[in-house]
Amino acid sequence: MKLSKRRSALLAAGLSGALLLSACGGGDDSGSGGSGGGSGEGGGTFSMYIGEPENPLVPGDTTESEGDQVVNALWTGLVKYTEEGEVDFSGVAESIESDDNQNWTITLKDGWTFHDGTPVNAESFVRAWNYTANPQNAQDAGSYLSRIAGFQELQDGAATELSGLAVVDDTTFTVQLSQPFALFPAVVGYNSFYPLPESFYDDPAAFGTRPIGNGPFQAEEDFVPGEGITLTRYDDYAGDDKAQADSVEFRVYADVNTAYNDAQAGNVDIIDVIPPDVIESAESEFGEGFIRTESSQITYLGFPTYDERFADPRVRQAISMAVDRDAISQAIFSGTRAPADSFVAPVVDGYREGSCTYCELDVDRANQLLDDAGFDRSQPIDLWFNAGAGHDAWMEAVGNQLRQNLGVEYVLQGNLDFSEYLPLGEAQGWTGPFRYGWSFDYPAAESYLTPLFTEAALPPLGSNYSFYTDPQVQELITRGDQATDEAEAIADYQAAEDIINEAMPMAPMFFTEIQSVHTENVSNVRLDLFQRVVVSEVTVNS
Amino acid sequence: MGRYVARRLLLTIPVLIGASFLIFAMVYALPGDPIRALGGDRPLSPAVVEVLREQFHLDDPLYVQYWEYVKGLFSGDLGTDFRGRPVLETIERTLPVTVELTIVAIVIEAVIGLTAGVLAGIRRNSFFDNLVLVSTTLVVSIPILVLAFITQLLFGLKLGWFPIAGTREGIYGYILPGLVLASGSLAYVARLTRTSLAENLRADYVRTARAKGLPNRTVIVRHTLRNSLIPVVTFIGADIGALLGGAIVTESVFNLPGIGREVFDSVRAQEGAVVVGIVTLMVFFFIFFNLVVDVLYAVLDPRIRYD
Repeated sequence: MKLSKRRSALLAAGLSGALLLSACGGGDDSGSGGSGGGSGEGGGTFSMYIGEPENPLVPGDTTESEGDQVVNALWTGLVKYTEEGEVDFSGVAESIESDDNQNWTITLKDGWTFHDGTPVNAESFVRAWNYTANPQNAQDAGSYLSRIAGFQELQDGAATELSGLAVVDDTTFTVQLSQPFALFPAVVGYNSFYPLPESFYDDPAAFGTRPIGNGPFQAEEDFVPGEGITLTRYDDYAGDDKAQADSVEFRVYADVNTAYNDAQAGNVDIIDVIPPDVIESAESEFGEGFIRTESSQITYLGFPTYDERFADPRVRQAISMAVDRDAISQAIFSGTRAPADSFVAPVVDGYREGSCTYCELDVDRANQLLDDAGFDRSQPIDLWFNAGAGHDAWMEAVGNQLRQNLGVEYVLQGNLDFSEYLPLGEAQGWTGPFRYGWSFDYPAAESYLTPLFTEAALPPLGSNYSFYTDPQVQELITRGDQATDEAEAIADYQAAEDIINEAMPMAPMFFTEIQSVHTENVSNVRLDLFQRVVVSEVTVNS
Repeated sequence: MGRYVARRLLLTIPVLIGASFLIFAMVYALPGDPIRALGGDRPLSPAVVEVLREQFHLDDPLYVQYWEYVKGLFSGDLGTDFRGRPVLETIERTLPVTVELTIVAIVIEAVIGLTAGVLAGIRRNSFFDNLVLVSTTLVVSIPILVLAFITQLLFGLKLGWFPIAGTREGIYGYILPGLVLASGSLAYVARLTRTSLAENLRADYVRTARAKGLPNRTVIVRHTLRNSLIPVVTFIGADIGALLGGAIVTESVFNLPGIGREVFDSVRAQEGAVVVGIVTLMVFFFIFFNLVVDVLYAVLDPRIRYD
């Protein structure tokens, strides 16, 4: 998942980065049109806000939004995605094929080069994947490669390479998965699957400050922490999405409010996520330059199914139905988050409106269910969330609604920083409903189900913090993973979602919408499904 | 004098060692797992966590970790942060920004504060005196965060006189944050100077000086002011030490990549090595400037002797 690094308050910096901060919902996707591509004759230079990246600019070590933005200007992966989330073969891969969904053959296009002139070949992918997956290299995004055969042996130290990877020739390599997975071509568009040039292995640390990728822009200077980096157009770029601008400056701001003021003064051109408190005025301030984009991010209210108070699904359904998502969305997020009605985001195939049947406010039914389950209303409910990330207000609103609608008192447990919050959840220490956020790793409904609701994803390996497992769900997901037909796969995933809906291990609360602004200096600003500004498409108005 | 300074400098060594250990222990005592937080909502794989914990000695007891750190110090290695950047480089990168900001702030504070204080002190209860009283009270009572954003919006955005953020326009970009940073101390310096001057103007030696027929200017500048400045110098000296610790709020609002922002981020991320390196340096600054202040006393007041 891509972590969003936004601050709700001044100075929430550093590790709050990993926290999901508010953005919005309900709007339609009004990305400014205009497709990039072409020969890149626009020229000019523009600047863009980023927060401080947490890690060196190495694709396999980048899992948060700030570094992600820079890395994606520098690299092009095997595949890309259309705005609808379909796999698009405009990347390095010519084809990704399999007869059994388990043994894949990846064929590369000719003519792709790294910024240092060396060719992008099968070896540069295979070696990079082996490096990223090897825990000795401590790459944050290593777990994205866990479907490849031999991943577990690598983790245990029993192997030094992924047994599932083999180079056939310069433009062909094969990938064996540990289990059949029909969506594999959709997975390989992400950071951790990017190729690395040979020079990377000589000095990974130096590479992290001046990366050499194969994307539309190249780094001709070092990244300066606290300040940023300017990238220039790579003229020998082989893709058809050549950079329109001559250069882009990523400028690091400690505080997005400052960046916003700077954008108003015309000193910085694009801010991809504006601070929540200026959303009301941003539209009149920037006019055409104000963009709303649906995102893949969902905020959940998870339940500790291991706690006997919340072990009965009826209790969980009741709590979900006692929360008026619409009211909170309006009152707290001023309409910038949409009430969630499904376990997967609206941006993926297989989303069904209203698939969460317990997400509508229904006080009578909620009370009935609580009575049926014999819930003890005299004890307060603990509400858990991580501190310093702007969750206080909406969690309190949830508590107030529970009190009003169900007659149960609540206690806010929001003093833990992220570094304590998750380990506590891992140790089954959450004593009541907890806040959790998730975005997909690749555009598929499965990317919500597997990481949150399956046995393989139980902590510490994954993010199934409600400790919910159901063999039937697993079976349906596995069947979907192996289906040869996309419609069939989606039907299986939806069937799994329906079972999850009845069990309600996590109640979907809000869909996030992203608001961005840009000055009149630039046009064609669009955010992709991963909430990244597509910098190659941005044109500078001279 | 030389022996006095040498003795004071020697004393800083045990203080620094003690301070660094205390800071180390405090970071060690912070709850939570910094490595776990690196992955955010998506946990790192257990194998990676293990490798990282091993690398940074996070599973060792406190004294072992501290010993590893000290061992590194002897070879000139201040350690690295979790992303492998040497702490020394971080300090080299952020300290100049904070030093520049401190110089600007101290100059503003001393020039404006002293001038206002002297004028108010000479003309007690005049309109100007009351103006200084009211305006300093006002400035002290506004939280620095509010002040920072107000000045940024007014002078940066609305009037466009100063850059809003960053170091790209050289010293010009430091004026606004320097002013904000100096505001509180400026008020304090003005009040302190006024009071001290007013008190000394009533002293016997001033009456004697006037009786000798010295011009008013000489009486005030050479005799009274020199004596009145002792508490002010003490305050400004301590303030330099404090400002060099970095100004978290000001640096963040005006987007200056200084040491305050760095140490704040590092504490949040529980980056032990970075916090200890930077904070120990701050402690050193503090001790050093206190020493400078003490030496200045002797310059200002001939009655003070150290040897």
